[in-house]
Amino acid sequence: MKRHLLEAADLDRADATLVLDTAGQIESALAGREVKKLPTLRGRTVVNLFYEDSTRTRISFELAAKRLSADVINFSAKGSSVSKGESLKDTALTLEAMGSDAIVIRHQASGAPHRLARWVKGSVVNAGDGTHEHPTQALLDAYTIRQRLGRLDGVRVAIVGDVLHSRVARSNVWLLTTLGAEVTLVAPPTLLPVGVGSWPVAVSYDLDAVLPKVDVVMMLRVQAERMNASFFPSAREYSRRYGLDGRRMAVLPDDAIVMHPGPMNRGMEIAAEVADSARSTIVDQVGNGVSVRMAVLYLLLGGAPEGTT
Amino acid sequence: MTTYLIKNAKPYGEDAVDLLLADGVITAVGTDLSADGAQVVEAAGLIALPGLVDLHTHLREPGREDAETVETGSRAAALGGFTAVHAMANTDPVADTAGVVEQVWRLGQEAGLVDVVPVGAVTVGLRGERLAELGAMADSAARVRVFSDDGHCVADPALMRRALEYVKALDGVVAQHAEEPRLTVGAQMNEGDRSARLGLVGWPAAAEEAVIARDVLLARHVGARLHVCHVSTAGSVEILRWAKSRGVQVTAEVTPHHLLLTDECAETYDPVFKVNPPLRTDADVRALRAGLADGTIDAVATDHAPHAVEDKESEWASARPGMLGLEQALSIVVQTMVEPGLLDWRGVADRMSVRPAAIGRLADRGPDSHGRPLAVGEPANLLLLDPTHRATVDPAALASRSRNSPYAGRELPGRVVATFLRGTATVMDGKAQK
Ligand SMILES: [Zn+2]
Repeated sequence: MKRHLLEAADLDRADATLVLDTAGQIESALAGREVKKLPTLRGRTVVNLFYEDSTRTRISFELAAKRLSADVINFSAKGSSVSKGESLKDTALTLEAMGSDAIVIRHQASGAPHRLARWVKGSVVNAGDGTHEHPTQALLDAYTIRQRLGRLDGVRVAIVGDVLHSRVARSNVWLLTTLGAEVTLVAPPTLLPVGVGSWPVAVSYDLDAVLPKVDVVMMLRVQAERMNASFFPSAREYSRRYGLDGRRMAVLPDDAIVMHPGPMNRGMEIAAEVADSARSTIVDQVGNGVSVRMAVLYLLLGGAPEGTT
Repeated sequence: MTTYLIKNAKPYGEDAVDLLLADGVITAVGTDLSADGAQVVEAAGLIALPGLVDLHTHLREPGREDAETVETGSRAAALGGFTAVHAMANTDPVADTAGVVEQVWRLGQEAGLVDVVPVGAVTVGLRGERLAELGAMADSAARVRVFSDDGHCVADPALMRRALEYVKALDGVVAQHAEEPRLTVGAQMNEGDRSARLGLVGWPAAAEEAVIARDVLLARHVGARLHVCHVSTAGSVEILRWAKSRGVQVTAEVTPHHLLLTDECAETYDPVFKVNPPLRTDADVRALRAGLADGTIDAVATDHAPHAVEDKESEWASARPGMLGLEQALSIVVQTMVEPGLLDWRGVADRMSVRPAAIGRLADRGPDSHGRPLAVGEPANLLLLDPTHRATVDPAALASRSRNSPYAGRELPGRVVATFLRGTATVMDGKAQK
């Protein structure tokens, strides 16, 4: 495993499998315990450096670090020195001077974690950068698929929605294909990047044609405001053509699952009856997120978790 | 004034001769020249070229003297072998009045390292709404002939048409920064395979090509001269080739960085590679080199764009676009055009001196002319180049006040040993003389 986790595109099959296996070991080590905590990262400091509001991702990382007994500092860029114009570099060097061992960064600019990794000595974990990547989301998605379907090799995954603006989609494309899955992107052409043809995926504009032939449907969040820039004519038309409702869910193969990275726009890309159905893994994904992030921090910062080998 | 006797230089890389420079003029060219009291410059193995002319620099003064000044930019230019540079109008205040262009021109004269030729803004404040007083700038001491809103496109087609028409009376030219603004909102890099992966907003080639296509048609319609700044795509070269074949009075420039670098550089997310128009693909680079070789593209222009550290040491999206170019321009042309056999030294002189001087109307200014041949009676504007020298670019060693060189750590061929501006050495032994 490298020193940083900057993008899923960086992970080879062995590294990615190691993260998933480690997450599984951590989960079993904690199963049935009253105190859900391992002493592995005692004395280490993890900084959550968040330039975007994302309570769920921040809490997930915070919980992961705390369950490994690390000290956690939450640094929100809002209302701090950053909003007074301090540069990312100055902020990072300050945090490191205070003794941080790892920086978990969420930033609205694609590539911000890559810049950070050049300036600091500690580890950098990308918790979502602009429209580039969100590697731990892809890792937890892969973990969830493996948990539900028992495998990743040959699994047929449709990723549906705003691929153009989605870091979740990019990370999943690289990670899932690295792990042997067959990925189909489904979206209106306006929401696919020019250049998608060079990705190792199939592309379709027709959700109905794809659904009967997949094991996993991953619905991406679509912001209704995109219609103002003519990415699609209206929220209603989008949802009619690309939304997953009960009728569409019915054509899925029997054991197919429905995923969503959250937060959902119920009624837009996903209907309530789908989100709350037995096929939905949305709640599992949240729980698995903590295990996978524990595995990432453990592997980057070192140390053997108790009860694992 | 020092008289220089240059011994055994090879004009345009051809047979070695001696050149005598006196009173600002080349007074003799021949073998075994001698002159009492002349300072002898041993130039065996060195190539003599006419002083380079840049159609496109950003000297940042007035307004951003922390990034560059007319003086520091002039020094960088002289070290690069230039004797004249056009200073773009996007300063603060904008060079949209006779007062500002005269100020820039005077600062250039005071620095005395190159002739700084101000470019006038096309529209007031570069806002693209109404014409600036183009005639007043043309009639000023700065004698402006090139007008540009560079940094911004003159996007309004009616305004562009009027600008093209109006400058005909001034023997001027509109230099267009071709970028359809509605197609490049938030754009960060070339739109293609790499932008898709990197998650950076794409700048489509069509946003440049659409404006060039429109403008060559307008120039043809009104019978005016058009110059296209920093052409960056294969499609643009095709459109220019078509327009020239139809007799449209259009000229175009390409930057050194677009001749050498591709959008692969963006993969580091290091904003030193962020530039507008963006670095394109290998296929574009090949088409640009071919276009420069066959003359479809008339000139190499640096688009030298100094930026302070804080404007570059950041996330990609919040960094300012632009890169340094003056000190390495000739080396890049040697590497990308001369060494592969696409251009000979006459061709280099043509694309970096003769044609840019003609476009800027600098070739016919008597003793103040640029882009003239290396011949007796001509102004003594020339450079001596060691084509065999190779060195690694160290941004800290540059004369520019800024450090945003995309060539840091690259080994490049060619070293400007000396530059003469009207017979005065501005560079000698590779060092600026003031
Ligand atoms: Zn420009």
